[in-house]
Amino acid sequence: MNNLNIKQAKEGLKNKKFSSVELTKACLGRIKKVDSKLNAFVTLTETKALEQAKLSDKAIKEGVELPLLGIPIAIKDNFSTKGIRTTASSIVLDDYIPPFDATVVEKLKSAGMVLLGKTNMDAWAHGSSTETSDYGASKNPWDIKRLPGGSSGGSAAAVAADETVAAIGSETAGSIRQPASWCGVVGLKPTYGRVSRYGVVAMGSSLDSPGPITKTVEDSAFILDILAGMDEFDATTSPNPKGKYLQNLNKDIKGVRVGISDQYFIKGIDKEVEKVVKTAIKDLEGMGAKIENINLFDPKYAIDVYTIIQRSEVSSNLARYDGIRYGFGRERFAEEAKRRIMFGTYALSSGYYDQYYNKAQQVRTEIVKDFEKAFNKVDVIIAPTSPSLALPLGATKDAAMFGEIADVLVEPSSIAGLAGINIPVGFSNLGLPVGMQIIGPQFSEALVLNVANMYELNTKNALWRSKKPNL
Amino acid sequence: MKINVSHTAKLASLPITPSEVKKFEKQLDETIDYVEELNEVNTENVEPTSQVTGLENVLRQDSAKPSLSQEEALSNAKSRYNGFFKVDAILDNE
Amino acid sequence: MKYTPIIGLEVHVELKTNSKMFCPCSADYFGQKPNTHTCPVCLGLPGALPYPNKKAVEWCVQIGLSLNCDIPLFSKFDRKNYFYPDLPKGYQISQYDKPFCINGHVILSTGKKIGITRVHMEEDTGKLIHETVNGKKASLIDFNRSGVPLVEIVTEPDFETAEEVKEYLQKLQQIVRYLGVSNADMEKGNMRLEPNISLKKQGQKGLPSYKVEVKNINSFSFVGKAIDYEIKRQEEILDSGKVPLQETRGFVEKTSSTASQRVKEEASDYRYFPEPDIPPIRWTNEKINGLKREIPELPDAKKTRFQKQFRIAEYDSEILTTDKNTADYFEEAVKAGKILSLTPKQIANYIINKKTDIESLLPAKLVEEIKNANTTVSVDDKTLNETIDKVLTENPKAVEDYKKGKQTAIMFLLGAVMRSLKVKADAEKIKAVLTAKLK
Repeated sequence: MNNLNIKQAKEGLKNKKFSSVELTKACLGRIKKVDSKLNAFVTLTETKALEQAKLSDKAIKEGVELPLLGIPIAIKDNFSTKGIRTTASSIVLDDYIPPFDATVVEKLKSAGMVLLGKTNMDAWAHGSSTETSDYGASKNPWDIKRLPGGSSGGSAAAVAADETVAAIGSETAGSIRQPASWCGVVGLKPTYGRVSRYGVVAMGSSLDSPGPITKTVEDSAFILDILAGMDEFDATTSPNPKGKYLQNLNKDIKGVRVGISDQYFIKGIDKEVEKVVKTAIKDLEGMGAKIENINLFDPKYAIDVYTIIQRSEVSSNLARYDGIRYGFGRERFAEEAKRRIMFGTYALSSGYYDQYYNKAQQVRTEIVKDFEKAFNKVDVIIAPTSPSLALPLGATKDAAMFGEIADVLVEPSSIAGLAGINIPVGFSNLGLPVGMQIIGPQFSEALVLNVANMYELNTKNALWRSKKPNL
Repeated sequence: MKINVSHTAKLASLPITPSEVKKFEKQLDETIDYVEELNEVNTENVEPTSQVTGLENVLRQDSAKPSLSQEEALSNAKSRYNGFFKVDAILDNE
Repeated sequence: MKYTPIIGLEVHVELKTNSKMFCPCSADYFGQKPNTHTCPVCLGLPGALPYPNKKAVEWCVQIGLSLNCDIPLFSKFDRKNYFYPDLPKGYQISQYDKPFCINGHVILSTGKKIGITRVHMEEDTGKLIHETVNGKKASLIDFNRSGVPLVEIVTEPDFETAEEVKEYLQKLQQIVRYLGVSNADMEKGNMRLEPNISLKKQGQKGLPSYKVEVKNINSFSFVGKAIDYEIKRQEEILDSGKVPLQETRGFVEKTSSTASQRVKEEASDYRYFPEPDIPPIRWTNEKINGLKREIPELPDAKKTRFQKQFRIAEYDSEILTTDKNTADYFEEAVKAGKILSLTPKQIANYIINKKTDIESLLPAKLVEEIKNANTTVSVDDKTLNETIDKVLTENPKAVEDYKKGKQTAIMFLLGAVMRSLKVKADAEKIKAVLTAKLK
């Protein structure tokens, strides 16, 4: 039962095939069985989950209809949850219990979700591996000697391992798409400002985008439908009208112009990744999409822009952790956070602002313009999500810019605040998932989800689709 | 050496051990070298991005809503006294 | 004097909005229990975000307009990064290179123009209290004030005396009170000022190489004392051939002096950068003009108008326009007084001399009171002659004095006659009769 997706779980609950308590217990059972290997969760909320499931069952009986009523969901540990410990995987916040819910959490609660627990992540979302978590790295369900990616690695691993029906992650540059890619699940990074950041432990304030990590594209559309919209607590949420994410999912993609850039098949890219993604592009072509070669701004500059902007913002965002009002003192920051704070502090310090921060925001403008130009020619851009397959544990050791470099292919679109999604497109010879990203203009989630969904439907019967992690 | 690690740590209010100073000096200098690649991009007359989706003038009406209770506000504090947060004495020189 | 004082001023004015600058907590924190006016935003909890208050932003612009500032069409908020326990986020949201208002001025009564460098918007910090808890010195923090809107007004170093500074401050206080945007009460901390003072040798070009900032000044009279003390102190140092230290000093009330707080060995490094949580502000000329139109008539304009329109003395006009309520009261009373054919001058004199309580007495009642006070009862000649004769008989000494040339004696006699008459008679007429009788 725990291997169901949202759509299937909803149907089962509606047709009384099972109750929310049974479904929740199935997930909790799976977590008990495999999480000692995976370490996908930082905090489990078993008792509360079962209480909520009971209430959901009662509500279902009474005929209450809510989009997520009785559905178990896992949430990344950087989302504030009222009354439930929220650590962002850092021992600075080891005992912090927020007195409020993040807007995303509030919306999911109003939609009726059953919260299973809080998932592991790179501490403060600093990383692409979960290895910087103070609570230990999560493991990739497809090979527990490998990393799940990050920073939303716990969420991606939990979904891939069927510990939960769906999960919530957040992305600054890659933190949803990259772990989704390494774990073989769907991860949607909405446009900046499409989903409220209120209550999400801030990392790079001008980049952070919360989004779903799910088993199917349809589930991601379903969750985005719940989360999208303006928030009176987040001044950067957009008044841009919400798209019809579910309605547009099955639109024919014939004639959709897909841009491919050689610059995104960078030197050093894993040959298997390249092969599998190129096959998927061929599939799309077969479905009627028009593939066009385009030229994009070299993604290597995105690493620099991202490093400077993100670390500068990090240095300021982490200044509030002084141990006075909550949590512990600054001596508890681990190495990665310190390194980022230090660099950001340096980049903003007197005399360096123009050289670093301002320069980066100028180049950012160029990257935004470059994408605008590209989207005059094509509707979406497709590329590998990560240049590599899931890397072995320990890969980040002494790599001072591991996160930034590993995410080279997702950084440009994050910097430009674009909509993007990772979808699984196959496996390597060793059985590791390969992910492909579909990037669209700002607020083009409906289109991006549509293309992703049509690919998913078209490959529904492919042999690789039936693979499950062996845990 | 490009970065003065001890000075930067002081600005950032971060306790840093001598061995960390050494390590960070090396790593941060490397990072600085790395991002200097940006100088290859000509940005003459380019406006810096201030809001990526182009939002402007986002303001709220001036109406007050209930606050947290004193207990909620203080609930996570390690040290409190008579409804206040408490810290070791600091000189009142601000 | 060998030296010319160079004085600049930074003033912080707390706005009296309903809610705080970036969150919906009530901004009315004064005298409330500690930490009862806070929320995730003003406590700086993880993930909380600022959402700016429209009214506060508009009021800031109106203060700037009232100080003759230009309003640049593009503006933004920035983060000012520093650590202090009363600053919950580890940064203060303020404005750095694109403040709401720039290049203004205020003209003093001497005609001297004081330049306003900038007027910008920021948020207040929490409040620190130093106490001994269980025998140990501790600092206690109350975040009720955290996030209350503050407007900072920075002048050019154009002042040369404490008197100029005081006049400027009074004008500024008057203006924000006229605008109705702040109580500007110094004792309550609604208005805080920090002068920076240095001395320049006569004839020296450019600004001195140092400046001394003085804090902890919480009344207008202290600002004069602090400046005068500093001028004297710096003079002595310069006379001895040394240069005063660049530092922040605190005003010490007991001794009316200043004491060193900390030496600024290097400029603080606030690592300003644009606040990514708040989109920038772009004004249109229409919007600015709209805000301009909402500004009420300000003290200087009102004073001039009163003088012209009501033909009252400059001094009287100034007193009547000190605060907007009195000015409005006066104008209403003038209107009501017309029917009773009272002149504005009569009303002005009465309000000023009798120190009318404008809170309790309605303008219509006031003018009746004035009318009654000015109405004289005519006394018939017989009664008047009898009364005067009686008074003259009873006061031979005064009569003698007058005859000897002591002119004031007649006033004494006049008073005695008025008292004996027991009604309000025309004093001029009585005086004339008295004088005639004494010849």
